[in-house]
Amino acid sequence: MPLSYTIAVIAIPLFMFLFLGLAGVKMSRKLTGVLGVLGMAVTTVIAYGVALTYFFGTGQGQIADGVRQAVTVFNPDWLSFTDTLVVRMGILLDPIAAMMLIVVCTVSFMVHLYSLGYMSDHDGNPEEGFQRYYAFLALFTFSMLGLVVATNLFQIFVFFEMVGVSSYLLIGFYYSSPAANHASKKAFIVTRLADLFFLLGIMILSYYTGTFDFNQLVFGSNGANDMAVAQSAIASAGGATFLGCSVTAWALTFIFIGGAGKSAMYPLHIWLPDAMEGPTPVSALIHAATMVVAGVFLVARLFPLYVIEQGAMEIICVVGAFTAFYAAAIACVQSDIKRALAFSTISQIAFMMTSLAVSSADGALIEIHGGTGLGYMASMFHLFTHAMFKALLFLCAGAIIHAVHSNENDKMHGLHKFMPITSIAFLIGCLAIAGIPPFAGFWSKDEILVAAYHKGFFWGLWMSMVAGMTAFYMFRIYFLIFFWKKHEVHTHHAPKDQPWTMTLPLIILAAVSVVAGFVPAHDLVTWNGHHLHTQLDWTVAGSSVAIALVGILLAYKLYFKENDLPERMKNAASGLWTAAYHRFYMDELYQFITHKVIFQGICVPIAWFDRHIIDGFFNMLANATGSASFAIRRLQSGSVQSYVYIYLVGALALAAVTMVCVLI
Amino acid sequence: MEIFSNPLIYFVIIPMLTLLGLAFCNNRGIRAIRTVAVVGAVALVALAVYLVCLFLQARGAGDTSEMILQSKVTWYAPFNIELALGVDGVSVVMILLSAFIVFAGVFASWKMDPLPRQFFLWFFLLSTGVFGFFISIDLFTMFMFYEVALIPMYLLIGVWGSGNKNYSAMKLTLMLMGGSAFLMLGLIGIYFHSSADGNLTMNILDIAHNDAIPHQWQMYLFPLTFVGFGVLGAMFPFHTWSPDGHASAPTAVSMLHAGVLMKLGGYGCFRIAIYLMPYAASELAWIFLTLTGISIVYGAFSACVQTDLKYINAYSSVSHCGMVLFAILMFNTTAMTGAVLQMLSHGLMTALFFALIGMIYGRTHTRDIRDMGGMMHIMPYLGVGYVLAGLASLGLPGLSGFAAEMTIFFGSFENADLFRRVLTIIGASSIVITAVYILRVVAKLLFGEVQDEHHRTLTDASWEERLSTATLIVSVAIIGCFPNFFVNIISDSFLPVVNALKDYFPVAGL
Repeated sequence: MPLSYTIAVIAIPLFMFLFLGLAGVKMSRKLTGVLGVLGMAVTTVIAYGVALTYFFGTGQGQIADGVRQAVTVFNPDWLSFTDTLVVRMGILLDPIAAMMLIVVCTVSFMVHLYSLGYMSDHDGNPEEGFQRYYAFLALFTFSMLGLVVATNLFQIFVFFEMVGVSSYLLIGFYYSSPAANHASKKAFIVTRLADLFFLLGIMILSYYTGTFDFNQLVFGSNGANDMAVAQSAIASAGGATFLGCSVTAWALTFIFIGGAGKSAMYPLHIWLPDAMEGPTPVSALIHAATMVVAGVFLVARLFPLYVIEQGAMEIICVVGAFTAFYAAAIACVQSDIKRALAFSTISQIAFMMTSLAVSSADGALIEIHGGTGLGYMASMFHLFTHAMFKALLFLCAGAIIHAVHSNENDKMHGLHKFMPITSIAFLIGCLAIAGIPPFAGFWSKDEILVAAYHKGFFWGLWMSMVAGMTAFYMFRIYFLIFFWKKHEVHTHHAPKDQPWTMTLPLIILAAVSVVAGFVPAHDLVTWNGHHLHTQLDWTVAGSSVAIALVGILLAYKLYFKENDLPERMKNAASGLWTAAYHRFYMDELYQFITHKVIFQGICVPIAWFDRHIIDGFFNMLANATGSASFAIRRLQSGSVQSYVYIYLVGALALAAVTMVCVLI
Repeated sequence: MEIFSNPLIYFVIIPMLTLLGLAFCNNRGIRAIRTVAVVGAVALVALAVYLVCLFLQARGAGDTSEMILQSKVTWYAPFNIELALGVDGVSVVMILLSAFIVFAGVFASWKMDPLPRQFFLWFFLLSTGVFGFFISIDLFTMFMFYEVALIPMYLLIGVWGSGNKNYSAMKLTLMLMGGSAFLMLGLIGIYFHSSADGNLTMNILDIAHNDAIPHQWQMYLFPLTFVGFGVLGAMFPFHTWSPDGHASAPTAVSMLHAGVLMKLGGYGCFRIAIYLMPYAASELAWIFLTLTGISIVYGAFSACVQTDLKYINAYSSVSHCGMVLFAILMFNTTAMTGAVLQMLSHGLMTALFFALIGMIYGRTHTRDIRDMGGMMHIMPYLGVGYVLAGLASLGLPGLSGFAAEMTIFFGSFENADLFRRVLTIIGASSIVITAVYILRVVAKLLFGEVQDEHHRTLTDASWEERLSTATLIVSVAIIGCFPNFFVNIISDSFLPVVNALKDYFPVAGL
């Protein structure tokens, strides 16, 4: 399949958005859903065709001298700032873009299909706003695909905004609910703040390098990431510094902050747990598998630049490692299963970030062989596997929520008997994320750990510990939902496995989660397009599996059967437990800053100043004029006698003055 | 007369003919009044589109003259007053903008009551002034049309307005007249220094070529003209007419005023103040940059606490129009192009906002967001329109605001000095504050629960309201999706200005 067909992959979702958005109201709800799914199916087929052609086909310039190249398919001008600094909107295929095409289209298609069932009541009637829902899904898919095939930094920024707004619209899908309303606003504003930094980063970078284009920033003449090109891009700043750091380090740090906003890195993570107010399939698509990895994708895109600017890379490493632990700790105590999964997502994305950041552990430029390119590959590989099993977990959660009408795990318990397919699919997802061989997560996480140990023993140990926590909290959720105690049937119909539109995606994604680890990522998605030699490091693999098993056993001990051990533990460390349950009070801190400091401390005084001081001044001017004219109005009395009188007095006074002058 | 072969003159003649047509209608024949108004508006849009084609054709054919379609007629020889016409890329897009807003405004005031005939009479008189201003290149004619555009505001607000309309109308008129007084002093000063050899002229192009205004005079005349126009461009601290004026004005007048009239300020600042007095402009830029920089964040912060829909938009306009003047003062082609894009964008999206607010107000009889909620359920068309206008305002790619703001920020950042860089960063931070107040309104007004049970019976937009808003929405989307089309028309027009500034100001990238 010609690579230029990628245009169709972008264009079909855009068309579906416009079509469903404009004409959807006139159609029956069912029809719009079916059309949406069909459109996405076609998109997915073409995307697979293009991606597989890119990876395995020949003859379209994608492999030269054994190097997998970046191919620019299409790149028209969109907005010219100056003659040389031009924003283009185009399509670029390289290993990670092609991989993302697969990820986005797979998950999006699954979610489209799944939503047919999820967004309907138990009799299969679609709920209100069904057309709108499918239109927004299409908008999101379009924006995300536009982001991953971007040819330049500015295009990524444009689509960052677009995915941000689609996320806003979908989180706030149930717009009558105050919680959804609040969550969507929060998500947009927090990511907007991050995007401001992204914008500043682009401004600085483009000012010094004179370009947005990846072809001039990171890709060499052979079409793959090239350190020499990145070197010369950095060198074009001419060693300019600001506050002691090079301007490019500033730029790259700012760009990372932009990515951190979308990827929910601490302390910009606060929007993601609240974003769970959206419909669950949306959480699976946007807030687990695709949009939230945009930040990781962004850093990976500029990877050679980050490798050179070690300072920026160190920041990413620290932020990533901390976030991974922080989110995992919170996930251990959440009672809302979607929130727990959300924190798990934050933690896993932090794994990917850290993995990218440890790639340059030795400080030298990346060698073609050897361990240092490993982190990049592991990160992208984990992005791929995580998207599959996390989407699976979220869709399972959706099926459960749809069945029991609650997010809280104390309303669930003992569902294994009622929903066996969902239970097994969820178990597969848990095994995958915990890193048990041969499930997908094992392979990618293992390589991340190897890369982390490569940077230093501390980093490896830290990440292994977080991996153990991951196994623990996932199985905690699993046991609490499906076992713990017998399910009490409250509603008139007992929970059961959901209709085929919802179950089929679960089965497919579960199957993918089993086998995805065998994708030869080290051959396909390496930073420089070369094949990367890796082998399983048995020490790391063995120890990480052992840690995961310990985590699972602990969860089993605590949560498989109803007992009072968890309660006792909670009471023993109640301060820690409460703090973690309240997410270490980050939301309260933000609340304080936005309401007390910015709103009460800045906005209200400014508005007062405007009304009372500035406007008061002009009103005073008008009033003064008014009073002055009131005061002198007697001079214009219209009475001839008084005019003559004043005239006489004036004339006499003048005469007197003249006389005095003459006499003197 | 030769001048009648110049298509530009018809931008003044068509509104005047419409005025004449309206004069023959009577107040009970609303149908006839509407017909005349629509014919006039459609003719203006058609002519504006034709003008764009003419301009592209001329530029395509290699005509690189500063202004195309120039012609002049002497009006009053002793003072060298001429009716001199000519347009460059900036005027062309401003004319296009004005035509679309007049078109949308006519449909937005479809059910105007009372005195529809008189309303449209003043409305078209105002349009005459606006178009006349954009086609003239003579100081006196420009000033005359400027006044023609301002005076009708007083009656339009005072008679057809709402709320505290007498106060607002008086305040708006007096403050703008105060600005005009400064402006007139400035223009007279420019005229008397327009030539070194005694051949005084009012023609802007000639004055610019003569480059004869002494530097010490520029230092007086530049602030006068800049502030004069700046008042209309809602520059801090001369912006306070805007919230009250907009709040009281009827829908179509708010649209035209925020959509077009405020652009006269920005246009004048660049066409007269900066172009004719480059020395003083570069010497004094820091003062006005500071003021406009304050405008941007100040307006945005103020908008965050307002509860009246029109106040929110008026303060939002202070912020966005501040960005126009801010960008013009950055003295490079990119930023200045961004300023014009921002004028287009702000014009269309504010007109859209005011149209929607007017329509919502006409139904609910309140503009206080605390009394409303869940409007999306009740009037989905207006709700979606409002969300789109909001997204355009907070700079969503694909709608006009984004392209404009990005061009401004990247253009401003080209200046390498710390002062301008810091201001750019402060200005750029407004994108976050804008998101805050826009989403706040959208959440309160459209989403959530219905606050007032009486609102449940309200209807969605009628056909003429749909037409009016759809025109604006489509225009906003076109600018947002194909910004380069407009950039190509606009950007070359700034070369003369940037060249004039080059001697005094270190412009990056030249």
